[in-house]
Amino acid sequence: MIDFWNTYGFPFILMVAESLLLLVVLLVIIAYVLYADRKIWAAVQIRRGPNVVGPWGLFQSFADLIKFVLKEPVIPAGANKGVFLLAPLLSVTLALATWAVVPVAHNWVIADINVGILYIFAISSLEVYGVVMGGWASNSKYAFLGALRSAAQMVSYEVSIGFVIVTVLMCAGTLNLSEIVEAQRTHGLATLLGVPWLAFLNWYWLPLFPMFVVFFISALAETNRPPFDLPEAESELVAGFMVEYGSAPYMMFMLGEYAAISLMCAMTTILFMGGWLPPLDFAPFTWVPGIVWFLIKALLVFFMFAMVKAMVPRYRYDQLMRLGWKVFLPLSLAMVFIVALVLMVMGWAPN
Amino acid sequence: MEDLLKDYVPIVVFIGISLVIGLALLVSPFLLAFKSPDAEKNSAYECGFNAFDDARMKFDIRFYLVAILFIIFDLEVAFLFPWAITFGKLGWYGFTSMMVFLAVLTIGFIYEWKKGALEWD
Amino acid sequence: MILHAFFFYLFAAVTVASAFMVISARNPVHSVLFLILAFFNSAGLFLMLGAEFLALILIVVYVGAVAVLFLFVVMMLDVDFVELRQGFLQYLPIGALVGIILLIELLVVLGGWTISPDIIAAPTTPIPALAEMSNTEAIGAVLYTRYIFFFQIAGLVLLVAMIGAIVLTLRHKAYAKRQNISEQVGRDPNTAIEVRKVESGKGI
Repeated sequence: MIDFWNTYGFPFILMVAESLLLLVVLLVIIAYVLYADRKIWAAVQIRRGPNVVGPWGLFQSFADLIKFVLKEPVIPAGANKGVFLLAPLLSVTLALATWAVVPVAHNWVIADINVGILYIFAISSLEVYGVVMGGWASNSKYAFLGALRSAAQMVSYEVSIGFVIVTVLMCAGTLNLSEIVEAQRTHGLATLLGVPWLAFLNWYWLPLFPMFVVFFISALAETNRPPFDLPEAESELVAGFMVEYGSAPYMMFMLGEYAAISLMCAMTTILFMGGWLPPLDFAPFTWVPGIVWFLIKALLVFFMFAMVKAMVPRYRYDQLMRLGWKVFLPLSLAMVFIVALVLMVMGWAPN
Repeated sequence: MEDLLKDYVPIVVFIGISLVIGLALLVSPFLLAFKSPDAEKNSAYECGFNAFDDARMKFDIRFYLVAILFIIFDLEVAFLFPWAITFGKLGWYGFTSMMVFLAVLTIGFIYEWKKGALEWD
Repeated sequence: MILHAFFFYLFAAVTVASAFMVISARNPVHSVLFLILAFFNSAGLFLMLGAEFLALILIVVYVGAVAVLFLFVVMMLDVDFVELRQGFLQYLPIGALVGIILLIELLVVLGGWTISPDIIAAPTTPIPALAEMSNTEAIGAVLYTRYIFFFQIAGLVLLVAMIGAIVLTLRHKAYAKRQNISEQVGRDPNTAIEVRKVESGKGI
């Protein structure tokens, strides 16, 4: 019995505790990220943004949560009930599930698997189902059109995200996310220039700068953020695939979307900005714990997300497809070739 | 093998817990919220009209073409993953092998560009 | 070990059950959703064999891409399956005949099938232990050099698929107006506007 407890029971409880901790912290961060998004948007437009619930409106997201949960859930009469309710559940679960392999600091990760980046790529490619199922099950024309558009859009930008990830992998030589971050500590531009203390030059954002930009913009498109929020373009499609949703199912789509956005911020941090590594490799900076650096970097990326939302007008659909297929795809394909060639010729390839 | 699976059990637990959180959110309004269903409220939204017909209609074949092209490029990326982490070991032979593969697909890409398959109209 | 068996039976049972639902569900969209579930659980089975790369590629390619296409197709065709089922009995004899022939063929093949005793002892490329090499690297180490012909043929198959899809589905609408962005951006005041002197009371 004791033996059973030691081999299965105790590790299991530890896993549950770790997962719960990460999820709760993540959900609270998402609540404040949502608040920050609205505040930044408001500030750009010289408005105040949410400022009533709690000091400076800090509890706004929680008030919204309570409000959504207390609203009447409406399932349209013509809808396919099971699929209609499965869609938001799927989009929330998948968006949260990707966080299982994200290392937020050295060894702070739920599951440090060998193919971490592939896992994220796989699970985030499934997020299209939440949208398609939601749009189809609603049995409403707007929702259906929104779902189709959204599916084609997410699918188009996933290709360039895939190529971008490949270029990073070529530099790092591993699919494990922690090792990708570690690779940015040990070798890179700063080491080549002989100034290893300028650690931020070691990260991949500088040598792979075009890919960094492509990844950032594709991340916007992949998560349906403005200027690529075509699936919910209210001037054309009312609210796109979410038009029939209200109450908690609607909130779950929002939550899934923001969880996906925060994941993309974390991914940008890990792939291009050295994850939890300090930007300068000497005393006061190295004392700060890794998680703090990780959060600062991820929030910086999110700030860029929010600023883009506030400043850039929405794309037209044909322009969106053109950007994905005719600009990003050839660009990232060419970069795969160039990066590989440079690494081979200079002998910098890992191993 | 057992070690490998040990890495994945936490993921199963994690997905399980996020599923529970999702389910709790999904079920809560059905238990808590005040409900007064109504025929108008439950009908699909269509700008004030009653829906003319079933919303699931035939749509442009172009979406289908986008999905096929996506599969092809996704497979290309899938082939690139193992290469990206081993190409240093494989040397020029492995490098050339992948470049030929990419060149073949680039020909296809140029063909679809010239044919206008990437135009959205 | 108990956990191993538990997950194996869980994944296997769900795979079989959802595969059955794929062919028995009335709504084709539900069929596709069950197909996705079946893919997912097969990925779980791959994982239990230690093939983590293949498991995730199965999800990326089949669930993330192929099933999206299937979903598009069943949504696009908008097939009325009730109508389709009406002729079902009519085709039953032929269907049954084909099924029986296939079954006999399978039995013949399986009956005469033996595994060479030295096949396991001498695989062409032994699978390296997980501790020294992850299986992504193991695939990468042989796929692009040792199996280069299969790899290049895969590339050609993809090329054919790409061209085939375009030939079969691409129809340009005659009335479509397209935007040429580089042309638009390349315009300057000299070509875009013309300054005309308008005499009062005349117009242009």
